[in-house]
Amino acid sequence: MLNRISTYFYLRPKVVLALMLLPPMLWFLVVYIGSLITMLINSFFYLDGFTGKVIHEFTLRTYIKLFDPINLQIFGRTTLMAASVTLACIIIAFPLSYFMARFASQRMKTFLYLAVTLPLWSSYVVRVYSWKLILAQEGIISWFARLIHLDWLLHLYLNLPGLGGPSLSISATGIFIVFVYIWLPYMIIPIQTALERVPKSLIEASGDLGATPAQTFRTVLLPLAFPGVVAGSIFTFSLTLGDFIVPQLFGNSSFYIGKAVLTYQGTSGNIPLAAAFTMGPIIIMIVYLLIARRLGAFDAL
Amino acid sequence: MKKTIFNLLVLFALASLVLSACGGKAATGEGEVAIVAWPGYIERGANDPAYDWVTAFETQTGCKVTVKDAGTSDEMVQLINSGGFDLVTASGDASLRLIFGKSVQEIDISKIPSYKNVDERMQNGNWHTVNGKHYGVPYQWGPNVLMYNTNAFPTAPTSWDVVFNEQTLPDGKSNKDRVQAYSGPIYIADAALYLMSKNPELGITDPYELNEAQFAAVLELLKQQRQIVPKYWVDAPTQVEDFKNEGFVASSSWPYQVGLLKADSAPIASTIPQEGATGWADTTMMAANAPHPKCAYLWLEHSIDPKVQGDVASWFGSAPSVPAACDGASELFGTEGCAANGYDTFDKIHFWKTPVADCGNGKTDCVTYDRWAEEFIKIVGQ
Repeated sequence: MLNRISTYFYLRPKVVLALMLLPPMLWFLVVYIGSLITMLINSFFYLDGFTGKVIHEFTLRTYIKLFDPINLQIFGRTTLMAASVTLACIIIAFPLSYFMARFASQRMKTFLYLAVTLPLWSSYVVRVYSWKLILAQEGIISWFARLIHLDWLLHLYLNLPGLGGPSLSISATGIFIVFVYIWLPYMIIPIQTALERVPKSLIEASGDLGATPAQTFRTVLLPLAFPGVVAGSIFTFSLTLGDFIVPQLFGNSSFYIGKAVLTYQGTSGNIPLAAAFTMGPIIIMIVYLLIARRLGAFDAL
Repeated sequence: MKKTIFNLLVLFALASLVLSACGGKAATGEGEVAIVAWPGYIERGANDPAYDWVTAFETQTGCKVTVKDAGTSDEMVQLINSGGFDLVTASGDASLRLIFGKSVQEIDISKIPSYKNVDERMQNGNWHTVNGKHYGVPYQWGPNVLMYNTNAFPTAPTSWDVVFNEQTLPDGKSNKDRVQAYSGPIYIADAALYLMSKNPELGITDPYELNEAQFAAVLELLKQQRQIVPKYWVDAPTQVEDFKNEGFVASSSWPYQVGLLKADSAPIASTIPQEGATGWADTTMMAANAPHPKCAYLWLEHSIDPKVQGDVASWFGSAPSVPAACDGASELFGTEGCAANGYDTFDKIHFWKTPVADCGNGKTDCVTYDRWAEEFIKIVGQ
């Protein structure tokens, strides 16, 4: 019996393939694409504002609301935040990854690897709350600034329009710092992996042929490590776009996409508007990936 | 051997008798009741063993109580609409929406013997009784007090002015970036209440019934307030944290936060300014499609027991809806509790109710709640 089954499958490799692909394909279609489509459908309904019930009728009025100046502002603010967080993560992650890939001893490398991933072992919310204590007006940073008599500098910074606020935790800078902190590991690891694959001989050859270190970096190292940078930036960019906890606890109560979706869906029950809102980051990410492809980030795949 | 079998049989018979007795008890209810409540409203002693008004109810009635906490009124409406719950402790800014949305059902008060003990001023409150039909049982209420830091204000501020307009406080520093406001559309009523006495020519008679012109004036005030409010408060623990670590000195608040901060010996006090205050009166309402109506009625009766009322008020910092709770029915609440939690301020309070188009004066041009929500998000979220 068993023999016959195995012969049957041996002679029909396509059936085997189909059987093996069926579960993941089902998962992908039903859970992943299915939920996206449900969301898309929901975004064409609308909410009766008074009774708080969703009216299941095709309409475009939810999308028209999306183009309200306040909502466009939310999209702009979130994209700007995601872009600056990504940039800051690249700037911080690159030197560290380079050191890990090139110069660190095996022991040092293991230690650094552990140090980078260690924060991921504890809960995200706990780490975010601890930053509240660090950034608060009566927190560690202002205490330290007072101690070394640099509090005037802190106040000067906090008076900057847009960036500042009454304290670091109640300012856009606070949101930025916390975002950079929590997403940094997701940038370091892909860059480090990419840098590890760049042959040392290429860098040496570039130097031997008379390129300055800056030229070597620009024309040899960066292009070869670029897929890693893009991979990392997809993490940091998309995670920042969707996060709602950090803007809830930090900043001046202004809305970010994640917080807006949470408010509309979770607290006002306005699922149509929340669904329409979610289309925003999806479109932003598609544009982002298209640009990344243009720049050749996926050529190595 | 035969004897052992006989003994076993007797034991079995006894056991089944006991079991059937238990079953008979549970038959009065469905064995379960699911409640959507404000955090801290329904305690089973998990936070503090002394505060438990669930366990006794469960053993008496056989109805197991499950509680789902909701952080905002909008979330409550959303949860009830999603189904599967029996009861909800709805505040006034949600109750009318639930009634008109047909999400809750009429309550037969003849099935609740203690209803006659409810504070007479609340028995027919217009936030839960529509056209003479009762849609819930009053649970607890409280004022939205003005909480202030006694270092910044040596004497209590007499007007809400200190949180609405930029000014120099008694401690010589500006109030800019040092005051907070509640992050909910219903906060618009606080601004309307302030304008009611500040700007009588606007003709506001009820902070929840605003026509277009009045609404625009109120939004103007709130936009101006946004310049001095760096952060709105959403939940009680975060506001406590902010008053401790972020240097805030004045805000609309609940007696609950004032109690927590005082217990922490922070320099905090509260007052009800001359304009009066808005307040919340919560009603336990029954979902239209409640799966366990019998247990739900049992809980409604239990919820206005004077001892339960006193215990809840003591834990939550609210005022009871049953006057008997003020006379020491609950040891935890004592006889001082009512005065401390603002029971005597009832007449100064404009209770939360859902803004509807009907202005109450024959006109139907009042701004409805969905516009309140939309405009408020625009002001806070920018």
